[in-house]
Amino acid sequence: MTKHPDRIAVAERTAGPDVARRPGVGSRIASSLGYSLGLPMLLLVVWGLLATRSTNRFFPDPLTIFEAFVDTWVGPAFVEDVLPSLYRLGLGITASIVVGIAAGTIIGLVQWLRELLEPLLEFFRAIPPPVLIPVVMLLLGITDTMKVVVIVSGAVWPILLNTIEGVRATDSVMTETAESFQVTWWERLWFLVLPAASPRIMAGVRQGLSVALILMVISEMFASSAGLGYRIAYFQRNYLIAEMWSGILLLGLVGVFLAVVFGIVERRVLRWYHGLREVNRA
Amino acid sequence: MAVPSTRRLRGLRKALLGLTGLAGFLVVWQLIPTLGLINSQYLPYVTDVFARLAEESVDLAFWRRLGSTMKSWAIGLTVATLAAVVLGTVVGLVPFLRRATHTMIEFLRPIPSVALIPLAVLMFGIQMQAALVIIIYASFWQVFVQVIYGVADVDAVARDTARSFGLTRREQLTHLVLPTALPYLMTGVRLAAAVALILAITAEMVIGNPGLGRMIELSRSAGDSVGLYAFVVVTGLLGLAVNLVFRFVERRTLSWHESIRGEQAL
Repeated sequence: MTKHPDRIAVAERTAGPDVARRPGVGSRIASSLGYSLGLPMLLLVVWGLLATRSTNRFFPDPLTIFEAFVDTWVGPAFVEDVLPSLYRLGLGITASIVVGIAAGTIIGLVQWLRELLEPLLEFFRAIPPPVLIPVVMLLLGITDTMKVVVIVSGAVWPILLNTIEGVRATDSVMTETAESFQVTWWERLWFLVLPAASPRIMAGVRQGLSVALILMVISEMFASSAGLGYRIAYFQRNYLIAEMWSGILLLGLVGVFLAVVFGIVERRVLRWYHGLREVNRA
Repeated sequence: MAVPSTRRLRGLRKALLGLTGLAGFLVVWQLIPTLGLINSQYLPYVTDVFARLAEESVDLAFWRRLGSTMKSWAIGLTVATLAAVVLGTVVGLVPFLRRATHTMIEFLRPIPSVALIPLAVLMFGIQMQAALVIIIYASFWQVFVQVIYGVADVDAVARDTARSFGLTRREQLTHLVLPTALPYLMTGVRLAAAVALILAITAEMVIGNPGLGRMIELSRSAGDSVGLYAFVVVTGLLGLAVNLVFRFVERRTLSWHESIRGEQAL
């Protein structure tokens, strides 16, 4: 089920050449620009018009937000609030991926271990990640380590469980072939098991990323005197509306940035897989 | 008859191992504060936590809080699903809209919904509506994107066949688009249900509207670590229940679909 989006991505890509066959490079670029920017522009203009007319203070017009964005985030605040947040986020994501894939591979390969841990892991995955913040705070105090641990404690589960599933579902014919050709354990891991599991692993990483971002924000709203989440909550408590919106905008940009980076990495890692699916579909 | 019995043995082994794992976890948890590895103030005894759970389960106030969490969860999930199905179907069926909305969707979807918490608080104060804004925003995208994909995934041959047999638009929707999109929709709803629960509890923790999340935050600030762990366990059980129920519903509604039929044949 989780593979559906991939299939669509392929479908869209295969549809590409059809669009490209239409004449005129210039008009093509213009039309795709129009499509991609048309609606956002339109909405911004509508928002601007509504904001200047209405008296609702909670929705300032886009220009005010943009000015607040430049004033608030360009300068020392970027170094003091944004970079540390992003650093913790990056550290947390990296640790989640490493731990999730390593532990997931081992658990996925060893059947008795998998059966031993399965109900436990199901339970841990079901815990809403933000409730772990108070627990980790209690155990570690309010430190930077605590914020990274919070991110890992939430983001690791989807990666771990997807890796287990992916490793477990390695094609048995290939496993037996590898066995009969006496491929060594390491080679088998590197050339068979991990590639075979990679589509599932990437799906898990995608889920993990959004959980990590949520936890970064919340852990800072909870226990911090700096960072993106803290700033946004601070602006709201002080009724600095435009600044608050600029913070939401910045978080959105971070989210988009993560999604874009993930998209690029996924395309590289799963190139063979998408290619295979395309062939199967054709 | 040899095959079913080995299968049953395997199932038994699996259940036993799983139970052993759970029991082992609880024993380790109990041992850590007993041996003084972590002060029981920070990691209370399992026995205390379970005693507290038993105590809470006969307390009406606890069930009322659970009820208000599940109420905002249910309202948020329903509103988000309905909106996503309607909008997703329209956008997914009209190629022009699909192209025109693509960038908007790609930008709005990754915005972490918790970023909207301050806005929701400003607009609604400490009320359920504020939590609903967050819940609906987060779960809407899960369903919406799946519906768009699902509706656009109609098999070309099937569509042409339907056309040449002269199916009306309405018939095409119910006999062609709906069966194609249903697996996607169910996936989306299952994901959205989990996300909605996460955000319902998060909102209660951060905004402070009544519910389980608020109890977690209150136990933390009161230094009541036994209560804190007890409520965390409750949220985990709640999440587990939501996952199981929606997985079950998915299997039932899609029992005709090959992804489920294939699994059963194995």
